[in-house]
Amino acid sequence: MSLTHYLVVSALLFTISVVGIIINRKNVITLLMCIELMLLAVNTNFIAFSRYLNDEVGQVFVFFILTVAAAEAAIGLAILVVLFRTNKKIDVAELKELKG
Amino acid sequence: MPYNLMHLLPEIFLLTAGCVILLVDVFSKDLDRNLTYRLTQLALLATAIICMVQFPSVQYHLYERHFILDPMAGIIKISVIFLAMLALLFARPYILPRRILRGEYYLLHLFAVLGMMVLVSGGSLLTLYLGLELLSLSLYALVAMQRHSYRAAEAAVKYFVMGAIASGFLLYGMSLVYGVTQHIHLTDIANYIATNDASLTLRFGLVFIVVAIGFKFGAVPFQMWVPDVYDGAPTSTTAFLSSAPKVAAFGFMVRIFAYGFIGALVDWQGLLIILACLSMLIGNIVALVQNNLKRLLAYSAIAHMGYFLLGALTGTSEGFAASFFYILAYSIMSLGGFGCLIYLGKGVEDVKNLDQLKGLGRSNPWGGLLISVLFLSMAGLPPFIGFWAKLEVFLAVLNAGFVWLAVFAAVMSIIGLFYYLKVVKVIFFDESEKEEKIVAVRGLRLGLGITSLSVVALGLFPGKLMQLCAQAFEYL
Repeated sequence: MSLTHYLVVSALLFTISVVGIIINRKNVITLLMCIELMLLAVNTNFIAFSRYLNDEVGQVFVFFILTVAAAEAAIGLAILVVLFRTNKKIDVAELKELKG
Repeated sequence: MPYNLMHLLPEIFLLTAGCVILLVDVFSKDLDRNLTYRLTQLALLATAIICMVQFPSVQYHLYERHFILDPMAGIIKISVIFLAMLALLFARPYILPRRILRGEYYLLHLFAVLGMMVLVSGGSLLTLYLGLELLSLSLYALVAMQRHSYRAAEAAVKYFVMGAIASGFLLYGMSLVYGVTQHIHLTDIANYIATNDASLTLRFGLVFIVVAIGFKFGAVPFQMWVPDVYDGAPTSTTAFLSSAPKVAAFGFMVRIFAYGFIGALVDWQGLLIILACLSMLIGNIVALVQNNLKRLLAYSAIAHMGYFLLGALTGTSEGFAASFFYILAYSIMSLGGFGCLIYLGKGVEDVKNLDQLKGLGRSNPWGGLLISVLFLSMAGLPPFIGFWAKLEVFLAVLNAGFVWLAVFAAVMSIIGLFYYLKVVKVIFFDESEKEEKIVAVRGLRLGLGITSLSVVALGLFPGKLMQLCAQAFEYL
């Protein structure tokens, strides 16, 4: 497997996550999953480059991204709980109180 | 090799102070959280003093070049801290009657400031990313702080999703840059671009990074979150959100563009021109039809980001200094503008629509005058600070040879004048239905006094601040 294979996989993952965020109208949790997928696509990229270049910096970067992604997921779920408590629904289509 | 941690003292102090105040807050029995508030302000003040004492006169690349300490970082850190202190002055009377979680509200400001300080000193992609995330995560939580309000929750979801997408784009861009250059340090990336031609992959990565920066600034076409978040978030959070993080994001932009990618100027310049033109156009036109004051200020913020980008897109130190002056001026004005909205609110009711300002000039002459000064300054009329800020960026674009861009920006600021003047007209020339005196607490009056005084004073004597902004970019 060459570098290109890995890059293509990560580009595909990234595209799937962006498309998922855009066309998803149902559930906010799906948005959170898409965001996680986006960060994992980036991680794949970093690790592939790191192996290809024989340079550990990319892998260290991935550890930082993983940590931050965990914090981000925590905040995202907390916001989701707040949304559910005030609205009793977590549909993306329902998020239309603010507009103009 | 032992490191000298003294250069990191402001950040270390702020982090320690944040943790200590968190503990104090846990054991505090006071429901008003007076102690937490005072300690937070004290910690910010002490950090600002440390920053001033340690103000660097040359550029240091510290800790394996992950951390840059230079006059620009120093000035941005000090201004961010003072903006945060002012925002807390506004926040205190706003959150007290609204039962917004109290201790954490102040502490999140502290951690956001810490994130901004790391961000503006970032010397590598890693430090920049970590600083940006620390800032963003604190801001998401601050927006969601009003737990009983559905509007705040919706704003928080939108802000979080948009911010997370921006981070994802930024990281994807960074990974491509790392893959091509084999480095994450900005100086190494600059060296790589100076010696090699920028390959297609590198440019691709750069585009992703520009998109992420556009998201963070709220420049068109990445502006969709700005009006909703400004409108839905608690007003005190909006005041903070629209001021200090913008200054820090400017520092981030300078690190990426001026320190890392100055060799690829032609590539990012075109992108920034598109962002700037669209922001000025959409921001000003849509603001014309807004009746909701917070949304009006949000669209005006989008337009201001357009003017602000004008200076930076020249890529010269003169242009960056003009942009720096603009973003500082805008932050003070925007903080004051949202502070006025807090001042006008009655009890737990926020002031929402433009009609509610009718006859304010008669019932509260000082309040009316204050708001008018801030709005006229945002419109860019002399003798206020907004005029000099606009003049500086226009001159910077003219000197860089983009005459059409300067003409376009001037036309757009004339269109912008219309909605700012509309607010002033409603305040002074429309009859009100009922007359009420507004009573504001001392902290709020102090904050409003400081912002409006600085808008006028810096408008009359802008020389010192301009000199400081120019000094910040000596090491470009």
